Amino acid sequence: MLKEFRADLHIHTCLSPCADLHMTPSAIVKNASENGLDIIAITDHNSAENIIGTKKAAEGAGLTVLAGMEVTSSEEVHILALFDDIKDALKLQDIVYKHLASDRDYDGGLGEQVVVNEKDEVMGFNKHLLIGATSLTTLSIVNIIHSLGGLSIASHIDREGFGIISKLGFIPKDLNFDALEISPNTDKEKAEGLFRDYKSFQWISSSDAHYIEDIGKRRTSFFIKEATLAEMRGALRNTGGRRVEWE
Amino acid sequence: MKLQDLADKLFLHAVSYDKGLSKDVSGGYVSDLLSDVLANCAEGSVWITLQKHTNIVAVASLKNLAGIIIVGGRELEEEVLKQAEAKEVTIMTTPMSAFETTGMIYQLLNENKGSEESC
Repeated sequence: MLKEFRADLHIHTCLSPCADLHMTPSAIVKNASENGLDIIAITDHNSAENIIGTKKAAEGAGLTVLAGMEVTSSEEVHILALFDDIKDALKLQDIVYKHLASDRDYDGGLGEQVVVNEKDEVMGFNKHLLIGATSLTTLSIVNIIHSLGGLSIASHIDREGFGIISKLGFIPKDLNFDALEISPNTDKEKAEGLFRDYKSFQWISSSDAHYIEDIGKRRTSFFIKEATLAEMRGALRNTGGRRVEWE
Repeated sequence: MKLQDLADKLFLHAVSYDKGLSKDVSGGYVSDLLSDVLANCAEGSVWITLQKHTNIVAVASLKNLAGIIIVGGRELEEEVLKQAEAKEVTIMTTPMSAFETTGMIYQLLNENKGSEESC
């Protein structure tokens, strides 16, 4: 029996230097639940350090929190990684940290990078330059995500800043994305015109929320049996009637 | 001006399809955004960039560019060079920055224009 799960798979927390400091685990969980979301993914830039806090904050709230990350490639393309298990996100984080331009000397000049727990208590400040690019190519990031069992989604392909089509002109054939993400800036009809060359990919839309009021502004419905990554992968591949819808 | 003249004067290192050095260079363009190059770079130009994703080969081929100069001493992956060879795209590298490279090429292309006019 397939059910509809409403998902916003691209949410930043106060760990991302460009996100609002009010994007704390409990505030995100509260707003996601109030907005009728069933699944969210925490996708900070090049770090997974606020996922544990958010997962704990969501316990008992009927909200599934996926362990995600928005990785920046050497070509400055943004790629979403989504995992069920925080351990896999942390493995990706280890690799990403080794390939970030500067090592542990960030002083918060471009925005604070706050690590918090489930009670929104400050645990520390991340010292990596999370806003920077890794030295990993887009292709190798997609392959690493897949080898860790995750889903790999091209972020906001309609955006000039950090969107793959803007940076690379077109989506190369060797990139095996599980889906392409359309941002709230572009409606479905417009996207279908702009990106008709990429019909062979599954498309999703999410909020890329940096502020509380943006959570769930765009969402994608997954028609699946349960809120797991395996089921969501099934929906992206249209197996057994599973499917995604957004507008 | 030929690509070979630029290569000689700027000590560029041709890493793919050196037969293409005999091509004429009609102008230049500097950008690391491939969508921008697709939209705005004129045919016959030399393209100065630090972008080294394989898509640069397809873009240069599609736009009939004279060649690509990869700046900042960046090294290209084998796959890029293989595709460039196959699509007959000349790629050159330089340790100079895009700023220095562009400045020198701008001067050379304009000197050249001047001398043609006075003849």
